[in-house]
Amino acid sequence: MNHRLSIKILTLSVALIFASCTGSDNSKTSVDAASIKVSGEMVAELTAPPFVPAPVGNRSAKKLTVDMEILEQVGEMTDGVKYVYWTFGGSVPGSFIRTRVGDEVEFTLKNHPDNKLPHNIDLHAVTGAGGGAASSFVAPGHEVTFSFKTLNPGLYVYHCATAPVGMHIANGMYGLILVEPEGGLPAVDREYYVMQGDFYTKGENGQPGLQPFDMQKAVDEDADYVVFNGKVGALTGDNAITAKVGETVRLFVGNGGPNLVSSFHIIGEIFDRVNIEGGDAINENVQTTLVPAGGAAMVEFKVDVPGTFILVDHSIFRAFNKGALGMLKVEGEENKTLYSGKQIEGIYNPEGGSIQETPDAPEAPVASSLAERIDIGKQIYSQTCFACHQGEGQGIAGAFPPLAKSDYLNEDVNRAIDIVLHGKSGEITVNGEKYNSMMTAQTLTNEEAANVLTFIYNSWGNNKTEVTPAMVAAAKSSH
Amino acid sequence: MSLSAISQNTEIIKGGTFVPLYGSDSSEVYVRDFELDVYPVTNEQYLNFVKQYPKWQRSKSLSLFTDKNYLRKWTSDTTLSSDMNLNSPATNISWYAAKDYCVCQGKRLPNMDEWEYAAMASQTMINAQRDSIFNSMIIESYELPKTYLKTIGSTYKNYWGIYDMHGLVWEWTSDFNSVLISGESRQDVDTERNLFCGSASVNATNLMDYAAFMRYALRGSVKANYSLQTLGFRCAKSINKK
Repeated sequence: MNHRLSIKILTLSVALIFASCTGSDNSKTSVDAASIKVSGEMVAELTAPPFVPAPVGNRSAKKLTVDMEILEQVGEMTDGVKYVYWTFGGSVPGSFIRTRVGDEVEFTLKNHPDNKLPHNIDLHAVTGAGGGAASSFVAPGHEVTFSFKTLNPGLYVYHCATAPVGMHIANGMYGLILVEPEGGLPAVDREYYVMQGDFYTKGENGQPGLQPFDMQKAVDEDADYVVFNGKVGALTGDNAITAKVGETVRLFVGNGGPNLVSSFHIIGEIFDRVNIEGGDAINENVQTTLVPAGGAAMVEFKVDVPGTFILVDHSIFRAFNKGALGMLKVEGEENKTLYSGKQIEGIYNPEGGSIQETPDAPEAPVASSLAERIDIGKQIYSQTCFACHQGEGQGIAGAFPPLAKSDYLNEDVNRAIDIVLHGKSGEITVNGEKYNSMMTAQTLTNEEAANVLTFIYNSWGNNKTEVTPAMVAAAKSSH
Repeated sequence: MSLSAISQNTEIIKGGTFVPLYGSDSSEVYVRDFELDVYPVTNEQYLNFVKQYPKWQRSKSLSLFTDKNYLRKWTSDTTLSSDMNLNSPATNISWYAAKDYCVCQGKRLPNMDEWEYAAMASQTMINAQRDSIFNSMIIESYELPKTYLKTIGSTYKNYWGIYDMHGLVWEWTSDFNSVLISGESRQDVDTERNLFCGSASVNATNLMDYAAFMRYALRGSVKANYSLQTLGFRCAKSINKK
């Protein structure tokens, strides 16, 4: 236990030495934050996600004025789906607040007159009962001011704590406040603000219209949307965050909840450093970091290769089915040593199937007689055609046409070859029955196509045509 | 007589017992028979009132009784702004002003238990506290922005024949500040054991608690001289037996 602890401390101090080029050796013991004197005043810069205010750098502790307005407003959850968001500063998550340790923050919270509900703010960065919640309780059309001193460096969540608390958070009332150590965090090239939240709507995911909040689903923790920065697509496409190859990136990652814990991961990137839970402890070389509801983490990494890197909650259905997906687009020179891109493409089939195309694959068997062709063709049939056209070529009524005694098949061999090679969709009539479904193009060599068609023509009462690879090749080249 | 021009009809609410907000049987409350205005007081009615009682006009009202938001959208002491509908509920009115308005009609503000008792009635039931659809409807209406722009009578008529108890505006009650919600609702858990019980029980029926939480939170956030865009009122009247 002690041993392990000392190793951790060692790792931490090593990390700090490497990171201290901007002079941020902020071991907690050396500073009594409460005694830091402030000099001067400034108005805090507030930013909407995904942006963050400028770093504190070397500035001294100051009296910092924060002015935040609460707005209840209709926004778009995803295309066609509207939702009434309750916001700190007009965005979800709320405005990013950046302070340094020892700052005396004078916080004014304004509740817009058109709002229907009273609100307040609980800042996890505040040392004091309720985190400011009781002092900041404010009716619509009113404002309150309270003050606090930032004592502990770290990345903290703030949120509304008015009854019913869960509902206020579920409607988007959360954000991040950063308390930088003296001298600031180590400099990086890019910083962004990403915060996850889960949403509960009366209609299912995707159901259009203005969707009211569903208290029952929230109680059941049955989220319809799990998203970054308040809506589906807030960080994708044109909204993606960006960086250039060789740059260092720091993400301030928060999780508002109200319910779900995030397994934050970037596909194709490893976090060089993670301030675990937004605190002082640093972990290195992390694939996925846990961000608790009402918690945060700072992740840093250098982007070495270009491409689009996908931010996900690796509780993966949330990413692909509920919206917890963002993008980091990295531009610059490729580095084939670090990542080659696709070099060889092939199909892996452990059963030694008919459709191998790897460069080193042995030649597929070549039939030397009609009997052999039928024999090989039968194997291909059972692997490729059997599921739809069935064991005796009888097909499935109404869905897949029969191959047995098929007038459509026997009528035109070149058409049959073409369908195997290129697929077929649309209405056809087979033995007097109409079929309207779809067959996909089959990945078969000329030899294989010839063999399977010959097997079909020589089975179940068909006209015993022999299809040769040359016929298949001819059909291919006719296109 | 000009009084009748701004007075409005009431309906009789037959009294009974109920459990307001959250609960255990021990917190049952008895409400006597009383009369309640059918609709919230409208802009037009309030306009007539301030014409009749100039001391409640914006420029003449005392700051002790009204804050700066009092009649905030009016363009003069006796003129509504052009986007205000005469038949929309009167809002941006302080508790003192609302109380005096009712007194001038020979009425009074309903107290919180009376208001909650009348408001728990759905279209068909005296007590719809356990009706999840009714409660979902209430919560949804609380979230919907700008419902103060709607006109009176545009929501639903309840069992007693009273309109718009939910869905237009919050309403003043005479003793709005008697339940203390400190603003730190989790702290209230310690001081108000009932709040804790209400919020701790996890089942569909306590949706009504959530709606009530929101009303009580609003009441806890205001002072008697506050005026809110989303807060109106209606009057009540005691029934004197014999």
